[in-house]
Amino acid sequence: MYKLHIDKVTFAYGSPPSAPVLADIDLSIGSDEFVAVVGRSGSGKTSLLSLAAGFLKPTAGRVHIDGRTVEGPSAERAVVFQDDALFPWLTARQNVGFALKLRGVPKPERDRRVNELLAHVDLAASGDKAIWELSGGMRQRVGIARALAADPEFLLMDEPLGALDALTRERMQEFLLHLWQDSGAGVLLITHGIEEALFLATRVVVLAPDPGRVVADIAVDFGRRFLRGDTSRAIKSDPAFVATRERLRDLIELQDFEV
Amino acid sequence: MSTTNDIVLDRKPEAPAAAAPGFDWVRLVPLATVIAILTLWWFASTRGWVSRVFLPSPLAVLNSAYQVTVSGFADSTLLQHLLASLGRVFGALAASIVVAVPIGAIIASSRIGRGIFDPVVEFLRPLPPLAYLPLIIIWFGIGEASKVLVIALAMAPPIIIATAAGVRSVSRDRLNAARSLGATRLQLLRFVVLPSALPSIVTGIRIALGAGWSTLVAAELVAASRGLGFMIQSAATFLGTDVVILGIAVIGIVAILFELLMRALEKRFVPWSTHL
Ligand SMILES: Nc1ncnc2c1ncn2[C@@H]1O[C@H](COP(=O)(O)OP(=O)(O)OP(=O)(O)O)[C@@H](O)[C@H]1O
Ligand SMILES: [Mg+2]
Repeated sequence: MYKLHIDKVTFAYGSPPSAPVLADIDLSIGSDEFVAVVGRSGSGKTSLLSLAAGFLKPTAGRVHIDGRTVEGPSAERAVVFQDDALFPWLTARQNVGFALKLRGVPKPERDRRVNELLAHVDLAASGDKAIWELSGGMRQRVGIARALAADPEFLLMDEPLGALDALTRERMQEFLLHLWQDSGAGVLLITHGIEEALFLATRVVVLAPDPGRVVADIAVDFGRRFLRGDTSRAIKSDPAFVATRERLRDLIELQDFEV
Repeated sequence: MSTTNDIVLDRKPEAPAAAAPGFDWVRLVPLATVIAILTLWWFASTRGWVSRVFLPSPLAVLNSAYQVTVSGFADSTLLQHLLASLGRVFGALAASIVVAVPIGAIIASSRIGRGIFDPVVEFLRPLPPLAYLPLIIIWFGIGEASKVLVIALAMAPPIIIATAAGVRSVSRDRLNAARSLGATRLQLLRFVVLPSALPSIVTGIRIALGAGWSTLVAAELVAASRGLGFMIQSAATFLGTDVVILGIAVIGIVAILFELLMRALEKRFVPWSTHL
């Protein structure tokens, strides 16, 4: 099992560094885990994900995978972006096949794998469409399939469901759980939704702002219950779920009055 | 909440404005303008308002078009003049794309590169090419190379500037996305930076083609033995006003065709330009 370790990381933007946006973060994610990070806007969630992805370098501390220090982005840590960041000059199919093309995977093999992935995200019929012909939810699924094609150890997702309506969002949550189960990749999910974090994750991490720091790290298992067959409505109205949700909300709103 | 929904659901679909019945007469105004000018020209030349030496009739111009096409003017047919001009402009276009696109990319991606090339480009850009044509003729002679060089110099700045703008506007998220999918630096350039900048480069080429075409004709007025500019210039010396007008008409029509060609190429090759 792999371990992605954000090891006592402090981070500040700019040079010379301004006030740190993340202070002394210590967070470790196993490749069998689904870790959701919640926190107020500006608490440093995206910065945290960018550090894990290797887009940013820690000001102090380091990020490593099984002892290897992360020096930059790599396909072992595929990223799903909040505003999809798809390539509009490629079709949906070509977007999904991008990582395979970079590796020089021969076309027949690539096509086979891309078809599998498109079917997996329920887009088998839309593969040859241009990106701008797809709906927001379809685009997010293309983005997820594109990341999965890299066959990553870790899937880093920044609010992948942020732009979706409530119903689509619920379906996509269930989809994400199956995906996590099937892909065998560890997941780091950034989200605004407390309920979403609670439903999906095996661990919920709460980030407090100014500077960003971990104020809670709670193990939960509602997602696993869904995968064992419980319905999401039953789970989300379960008293244990509701109680934990309220506790998390208190934790986050507490930060409002602290400043 | 439900009230809002009801209002939305009850509203009848509005008829789109474009579907209004009847013909849009305003669209005919440009055509009417052209017809009016031709008619005015016709009367002015046939009724003796203006001497035929200064203004031959449209029919005379058509006739000279036929003559120049079939038997030629100043040792070359119209087609040969046209091809000579087109050859120069596309030769220069190819040369300036090869040079200008890399320079634009360097300006966008390196501060040192910008320091080196920016002053040159900014100095060259507003300079009328005919101002430095004599210098180039002194240096490189009166041959084909000089003309192609002048046109290429006129075309390069818009392509450089457009390329730099295109490369600078590459989305950081898309670059990061490609890097986290395993792209090397070269692959980033080939698969992300180039396609992101391409719409802007095509726009630059469109502007360059316009600039190059007008420079070309001017350059041929000065130093050529074939080409549309030369044809006009030598016709003028013999007061062959019909051939002069013919030349002007062909130059104008070719410029319009360039514009249409570039628009078609844009649609065909960079359909994502409006979705970046
Ligand atoms: N490129 C940048 N340069 C300088 N400061 C930045 C930059 N990006 C973010 N910041 C600052 O860092 C802090 C954390 O930003 P970050 O984007 O990580 O927050 P977030 O938790 O993802 O917020 P949101 O929920 O709104 O997406 C903010 O105070 C922000 O102003
Ligand atoms: Mg963010």
